[in-house]
Amino acid sequence: MNRGLLFCRARGMVKAGLLLLLALSISSYLVACGGTSASSGPVTLTFWSWVPNLQQAIDLFEKSHPNIKIKWQNVGSGGTEYTKLTTALKAGSGAPDVVQIEYAYLPQYILSGKLVDLSQYGANDVKDQFVPWTWAQVSSGGKVYAIPQDTGPMGLLYREDIFKKYNLPVPTTWDQYAQEAIQLHKANPKIYITDFSASDGPWFFSLLWQAGSQPFVVNGTTIKIHLDDAAALKVANYWGNLVKSGAVSTAADWNNDWYAALQNGTLATWITAAWAPSDLEGFAPKSVGLWRAAPLPQWSAGEQVSANWGGSTDAVTTQCQHPAEAAEFVKWLNTNPESVKILTQKLYLFPSQKSALQDPSFDTANSFYGGQQVNRIFVESAQQVNTSFQWSPFQDYVFSQLQNQLATAVNGKISFEQAMHNTQNAVVTYARSQGFTVIS
Amino acid sequence: MIPSRHMAKHSQTEAIQQAIEVQELAPPASGLPSALRLWRRWRQQAVIPYLFLLPFLLLFSFFILVPLLYALWTSFFVERLIGGTTFVGLQNYQEVLHDGNFWEGVRNVLLLLFTQVPLMLGLALGLALLLDSQIVRLKTIFRLGYFLPYAIPSVIGALLWGYLYSAHIGPFAQLAELLHWPPPPFLTAAGLLPSIANILTWQWTGYNMVILYAALQAIPPELYDAARVDGASGWEIARRIKIPLIAPAIVLTVVFSIIGTLQLFNEPQIMTAIVPNLIQDHYTPNLYAYNLAFTNQQYNYAAAVSFVLGAVVFVFSYVFMLVTYRRGQR
Repeated sequence: MNRGLLFCRARGMVKAGLLLLLALSISSYLVACGGTSASSGPVTLTFWSWVPNLQQAIDLFEKSHPNIKIKWQNVGSGGTEYTKLTTALKAGSGAPDVVQIEYAYLPQYILSGKLVDLSQYGANDVKDQFVPWTWAQVSSGGKVYAIPQDTGPMGLLYREDIFKKYNLPVPTTWDQYAQEAIQLHKANPKIYITDFSASDGPWFFSLLWQAGSQPFVVNGTTIKIHLDDAAALKVANYWGNLVKSGAVSTAADWNNDWYAALQNGTLATWITAAWAPSDLEGFAPKSVGLWRAAPLPQWSAGEQVSANWGGSTDAVTTQCQHPAEAAEFVKWLNTNPESVKILTQKLYLFPSQKSALQDPSFDTANSFYGGQQVNRIFVESAQQVNTSFQWSPFQDYVFSQLQNQLATAVNGKISFEQAMHNTQNAVVTYARSQGFTVIS
Repeated sequence: MIPSRHMAKHSQTEAIQQAIEVQELAPPASGLPSALRLWRRWRQQAVIPYLFLLPFLLLFSFFILVPLLYALWTSFFVERLIGGTTFVGLQNYQEVLHDGNFWEGVRNVLLLLFTQVPLMLGLALGLALLLDSQIVRLKTIFRLGYFLPYAIPSVIGALLWGYLYSAHIGPFAQLAELLHWPPPPFLTAAGLLPSIANILTWQWTGYNMVILYAALQAIPPELYDAARVDGASGWEIARRIKIPLIAPAIVLTVVFSIIGTLQLFNEPQIMTAIVPNLIQDHYTPNLYAYNLAFTNQQYNYAAAVSFVLGAVVFVFSYVFMLVTYRRGQR
């Protein structure tokens, strides 16, 4: 809000002055680093990533590569970073050399031509070290636009104490999950089996992924859009009914209320991904020993189908002056055995590398989960991820439309099925207006 | 105030003015040719003021005028992911006028404008009159106290209130739980707008009060003496002398509030993390423009939305000024 026009103008001046200074310092920085070919001193690469404590791996890299210095900056996670990245890429300057991007957002940056094709720097040599679906999502034809960093095969974290107290078995199918949701909420109206957060588009997409929905098939500039296919409507109706019954909470996730709900037993499960177990220890420390991990519930009993939620890649932007060095860094960070060990065992990233998944030291008991070998559940899940899932090249837009529509549905103004139809229509209109050929 | 001191000040300035005139009119002591003298005078009168204005003009054009014109220019184009940029004339504006999301946002801020602004300015006026009256002690402390919320960055303020409003961890909710009441409905579909109105009132009442209080301080106290001699009560003085005399300041606060409310952004942007189902990406027009540009990458359309919002702001401010001006004429 900007009511203090007079005051704010003065403040604006100060801001303008600071911006000018910043611009000057940036341009001098660029001049300093610009002289590429003749550079004899070490090359400095800026790296945007929100992985905590990443410096450990970077130190190791700098030790073995004395000519490359990495300047790591955490400019915010997920959407916060993409907003800055998109703006900097569009502006033509200010983007980092190397950047962390989640799988879902890669296609939009690839389409805009702002990522360096790493195959010219030998990226295809490391292809076989990665879980196949991750490589499928970072490459197109023979071109490679990023190196997989970590993944998020899905599973179910649940409160063993609550399930025991109310004498409920751990659900293995979605039908069972829905029944127990209602039983649990009836037994104790303060407890919800989980939270349906309409504002978490990526999470809802992972549910679509597991159900076998195929919302996008992209072929160059031709795109098939089917956000309301049978599988998607099945998922939408399922959650619509649960929300309507009142047996699930509809609060937003990733905020203090939600952390508190996970900690104090208001939420009995979290449908989540492999990176979550260590996160949960961070935001629900008092619930130590009460949580366990189980495979994701299935749509048909006996099936073993999983999906992926989150996980990231490391890409090199076209604003980078030293793409060869940057390519070497992203390859090294995600394939060097020492580095991978730091990423997966000290920073708790869930590996995209085959070797790390098979590493016996990765399969350790975790006391927060009552001594359960939590990673084992997710390693199995990683084998069951549907590999043909595709993202749209304008996923930001898709998520924001989906979130608008799901929120309207949660508020009871439209049905969940209608929300999917509306999203479909909005996205088709958008894709056409952006110049894509849309087929259905 | 003592009249004689007033006079003394007056005669002092007069003397200075006379001195300046004498200097300018006096024949050149060194015998400079008249053309040079004229040039000097011209330089003094015409050039020097602009030299002093230059820093402002430069910054103003760089950081306000140029971006504004650039945004206007962008709003006439459409940039597609495939096919690049094309000129489309007024097509973006046509779309904005038919955009339900945009008008829903405008409706929200108009609701605030017609409910929260009168309440806040009434409070501000009341507090300013109280501070100006003889009945209050410790004026400085109260004045600072009321103004303090304005000194807190609005982002921090919104975060703070978001916590206070929380239905689980907020203090009001916890108090309600102790008393076995349902949590207060701050962040529900019905309670959200009043909750935001409360934050705005908390933050801006003190600011507006200071403007009004400053205007009250400028009223010559002789008027009060005269009114008291005529037998006017404190209430009558406030109603018949103070309020009419600070009318221009009141108009100023209303115009600021119209502009500020219609451009509401910070509070919903912060609180959308807590209640995204209620604060969607088009809750206020400015929020909509922001999300169009930086989430959907529809920069051109966002520019058009901004200019239509600018027009709405202009219309409301202008109509208000017109109405008050007409009234003043009568």
